[in-house]
Amino acid sequence: MTDSVNTDLVNLEVDPVVNPVEAFLRSDRMPHIWCPGCGIGTTVNSFARALIDSKVDLQTLALVSGIGCTGRVAGYVKLDSFHTTHGRAIPFATGMKLANPKLNVVVYSGDGDLSAIGGNHLIHAARRNIDLKVICVNNLIYAMTGGQSAPTTPDGSTTSTNPYGVFEPSFNLPHLVEAAGAVYVARWTTFHVRQLARAMAEAFQKKGFSFIEVISPCPTLYQRRNKMGDGLDAMKFYKEKSKVRHGAPTSEVGLTMTGEIVVGKFVDRDRPDYQNLMGAQYTHSLGDRYVEQPPVEQEPVCS
Amino acid sequence: MTPDLQKADLHKDERHTADPGGVLTGIHFMDGDHACCEGALAAGSRFAAGYPITPSTEVVERFAARVPTVGGTFIQMEDELAASITLQGAVWAGAKAFTVTSGPGFSLMMEHIGYAAMTETPCVFVDVQRGGPSTGLPTLPAQADMMQARWGSHGDYEIIALCPNSPQECFDLTIKAFNLAEEYRVPVMFMMDEVVGHMTEKVVIPPADQIEVVPRKHTHKSVADYLPYGTNGDLVPEMAHAGDGYKFHVTGLTHDERGYPNMTPPVQDKLVRRLQNKILNAVDRISMFEEEQIEGADVVVISYGITSRVAQRAIEAARKKGLRVGKLRLITAWPFPDKKIRELAAKVKAFVVPELNLGQMVREVERAASGQAKTFAVSHAGGGVHNPEDILKVIVEAGR
Repeated sequence: MTDSVNTDLVNLEVDPVVNPVEAFLRSDRMPHIWCPGCGIGTTVNSFARALIDSKVDLQTLALVSGIGCTGRVAGYVKLDSFHTTHGRAIPFATGMKLANPKLNVVVYSGDGDLSAIGGNHLIHAARRNIDLKVICVNNLIYAMTGGQSAPTTPDGSTTSTNPYGVFEPSFNLPHLVEAAGAVYVARWTTFHVRQLARAMAEAFQKKGFSFIEVISPCPTLYQRRNKMGDGLDAMKFYKEKSKVRHGAPTSEVGLTMTGEIVVGKFVDRDRPDYQNLMGAQYTHSLGDRYVEQPPVEQEPVCS
Repeated sequence: MTPDLQKADLHKDERHTADPGGVLTGIHFMDGDHACCEGALAAGSRFAAGYPITPSTEVVERFAARVPTVGGTFIQMEDELAASITLQGAVWAGAKAFTVTSGPGFSLMMEHIGYAAMTETPCVFVDVQRGGPSTGLPTLPAQADMMQARWGSHGDYEIIALCPNSPQECFDLTIKAFNLAEEYRVPVMFMMDEVVGHMTEKVVIPPADQIEVVPRKHTHKSVADYLPYGTNGDLVPEMAHAGDGYKFHVTGLTHDERGYPNMTPPVQDKLVRRLQNKILNAVDRISMFEEEQIEGADVVVISYGITSRVAQRAIEAARKKGLRVGKLRLITAWPFPDKKIRELAAKVKAFVVPELNLGQMVREVERAASGQAKTFAVSHAGGGVHNPEDILKVIVEAGR
């Protein structure tokens, strides 16, 4: 362990009665569906903290999820939130962002949703550099459907659809999205709650396609089948195996079943986003004939 | 009538007309695909997401050229799965949006037609039909997606489908499609065919103030009072947009009036029946026909799209032979006008249904006729239009 990881959450003044992140949650929807030891709730906690820290205007924040365990995040956050179809959170979010560029659009979904069924949209949104913040909770498996192999499932582990062991090579997601064009790429685990919140807040400041991978435990399906213990064991595993390497070449950060988990901020670069390029091209080609898309008319809302 | 309902009616009576910025007023010589694009712009659509596919691509090509001059966005997506959901993201951000495709792409869009039906996202799917199945006949016509338009996505739901038979109608009815989508918060299928899409005819685009557009049914309720899927008697909920401040939730899961997932049989029953009934209860208002010499007819030819124009020749030839032949053209194919067909079936000997498929809408006619009148199909596998002689033969046989 080269980094002094501080997992202490209590730098905020905590009201003993009210959870500081409760304001961001639909408490009328609790209890949530996630299993004991699951890391998705932990990522939502970090997300709420990122919202507090970055002071993002919550009214302009929209959250879009796909399908799966992480897909359920949309249903629990007190935001304009859209639980879309399997794999299509990114194109839905693309339409939302382009139709109303004032919105801050966050895509919050799982590894199977984003990189298997939605893999094509992932790379194309990165290529276009659509201004989206993508949070990919990677639990290394299809959990909602009962523990099938995902494109991220490490070689050597077993799943319900690879009962004799996974032999397909897995995706190295940071490498994939960097190659496709993302401007911000980071990876943390659910052990690194503060670093994760900081990365999310940082992504909010970034214009363009940002991608944060969060390695997250699935004690019910991935760990149980692979005899890797419970949620606490996952934290110990992450603590022991994680290595912070900011700026690490993403080609070197692929995951294995028991090996090192390279975490940190891998990519932070600038390139013009889709809407910038679109405006510049139309201005260049059409001159005075170019009519910019007018802002969405805000309907009056009584409070 | 309660004061609230009176107010709602007053709101409905307000006449909204097109934004002149998007209306290309004048007399044009234009093909159906381009006319469809102009209809979308006149209807106030400033967002399209598409994926190239013959014979529909001209619609988005024109949109891509036109939209930066009228203030809007076109994006060419990586596939039809993306296009059909990108447009829905745009709708929830406040846009009027559509996509355009043909058979194979339409097949890929089915899941998102279901999503639009379930989440009550007003939008338009244009399908310029070509021969199938599979890659089939990319450049040649068919009308074989009619059942897919109605039943293609899983589960029980209702949509609206319109069938233009000329470039002029591609313009007029595209506006109507957007208006119906807004009024009922439903995906509307715009069922063109290759011939209508590629034929060039006179298209008259009226001044903007003569084009009626239906605005979004946006809520004016307070944040505390707003129920995203609550209805007020007319079965169509009021909508909010992302960024308005309502912090609402939308899901394709079975949901309650708050929009929250609730996967219990009673909630499913209530939701799915409402999704159906909001359309089925309004069939008479939604249905549009063209009728000719129905009174006293022995045989009525029921057709739609390009086939209605081919059938016209057969109908006229039959009349010259002294047969009493009426014409009923379905401008609205879905919801199917059961009542209309049932009433006609009691008065006529037979229906003749030519269509560019091996028997789709004819089954609906037969079902609605319930044995009161014989039903004759004039099927055609696609790739061209009927020979009017073939339709005439069946009319003669049906009239015996």
